[in-house]
Amino acid sequence: MTSPVAVQTDRETVRTRGATLDIKNVALTFPTAAGPRPALERVSLHVAPGEVVSIIGPNGSGKSTLLRVIGGLLRPDQGEVFLDGRPVDGPDAEIGIVFQDPRLLPWRSVAANVTYPLELAGWPRDRRLARLAEVLALVDLEGTEFARPSQLSGGMRQRAALARALVLEPRLLLLDEPFSALDALTRERFNLELLDLWSRTAASIIVVTHSIPEAIFLGDRVVVLSSGPGRVVADIPVDLPRPRRIEALDDAAVSPIARTIRQHLAET
Amino acid sequence: MTIRGALSIVAAIVVGLILWKAIVVIGGYPPFILPAPEVVATRLVEAWTRGTIQPHFVATLQEIGLGFVVGAGLALIAGYALARSILIERVLSPYIVAAQATPILALAPVLYLWFGPGLLGKVLICALIVFFPVAVATMVGIRSVDAGLLELGRSLRATRTQVLTTLEIPAALPSILGGMRVGVTLAVVGAIVSEWAGASRGLGVLVNLARGSLFDIPLMFATLVTIALVGICLYVAVVFVERRVVGAR
Repeated sequence: MTSPVAVQTDRETVRTRGATLDIKNVALTFPTAAGPRPALERVSLHVAPGEVVSIIGPNGSGKSTLLRVIGGLLRPDQGEVFLDGRPVDGPDAEIGIVFQDPRLLPWRSVAANVTYPLELAGWPRDRRLARLAEVLALVDLEGTEFARPSQLSGGMRQRAALARALVLEPRLLLLDEPFSALDALTRERFNLELLDLWSRTAASIIVVTHSIPEAIFLGDRVVVLSSGPGRVVADIPVDLPRPRRIEALDDAAVSPIARTIRQHLAET
Repeated sequence: MTIRGALSIVAAIVVGLILWKAIVVIGGYPPFILPAPEVVATRLVEAWTRGTIQPHFVATLQEIGLGFVVGAGLALIAGYALARSILIERVLSPYIVAAQATPILALAPVLYLWFGPGLLGKVLICALIVFFPVAVATMVGIRSVDAGLLELGRSLRATRTQVLTTLEIPAALPSILGGMRVGVTLAVVGAIVSEWAGASRGLGVLVNLARGSLFDIPLMFATLVTIALVGICLYVAVVFVERRVVGAR
């Protein structure tokens, strides 16, 4: 863990390196066999550089859809997404995505999986290896370079996926329920590590979650989405001091913010 | 393979040979109906040392090799197109199924009629018989590529070629090699059938010669053994490649 002082200095870098995200009036409807199904309706959101925004909502509230729109994987029917003022019209090198499942290529070693984005981007081998060492150290995966994904635990696989998302030094990191498949203890540790990582990588982060304490613990703000179609029903600032300690996760569950979030979720 | 596994294969072969010998002795069959295993073995060694079998062996192997490369090569392209384009699947599948449903034995004389006794007609028959299993395996393999991995590729701005080489081919490889395993043994069948339709050289020709004008039944059996060994070796070769490529996962 980084000391509070070190985190404080890192916060300065955070403010300069993270991306600004602006989502303006985004709407998206999926055509289905049973007719059009609206997934997102007039969603607007602003993320400041280096900010961590948690998105919470019931199933079918379009959380994952919103993340895919931000990541340029889905094109909205209406509205636009801006990254540092520039419209996002497709997958972007500045945006790293961690999906719900690790999505590692089973036929590749951990090293080849983590450096896969660099390979696609045409980095030469020596530069790829140098970057690999850095990013594996960042997620605590040193020594697993030659392992196959099938030889890793679920937690280590998700770490490798995180390393892969970080390898191109994205300025915005999108996390789609990244810890939902992990056991409770591993999950707790991951939350803490994610914050530590965030303080060192200086990216803006959007994390989608099902867990109210997790949303509060991680976020500078918690955005509540309603279900079918997804709309922003609340945008609640979290005034917990940073760096956050693991006890904050317990307190978060019974905090006034949690009560507010629950009320909003009950209304959706 | 473990020593235990190797031993059990040897044991199975020994038991087979003993049974063969027992049938010859108990049934009292003459060598021109069913020669004993040692008679066939002797004739096999003789045929190789005297150089009787070599030109036929080389001719057949050439047909199999070229036929497999052409058939499997075209099948890879077709299988990919079938997997990725509904239109191509609709247009091509009736022809592919029809070609598969027509026995190769019936097609061989037609190809002989068109292309004569040369190598071309024989390669085409081998290619035709190899095509179907490999094309279907490729189609199934490419279709089964995890949609999550394809989305990952898209999020990393992979080009069409990069998606093909880094995601689709590696993901489909186990299935494709499974199809090739079937295809390579069928290629042997294709070569023999094409030689029966008309040829001057080849193991299939030698079987006919040994049975007919030479009336050398031990040689016929020796040739059959050679054909079987060719099939087994090719099959094992594909399995070996498969282990190397897929086994590490």
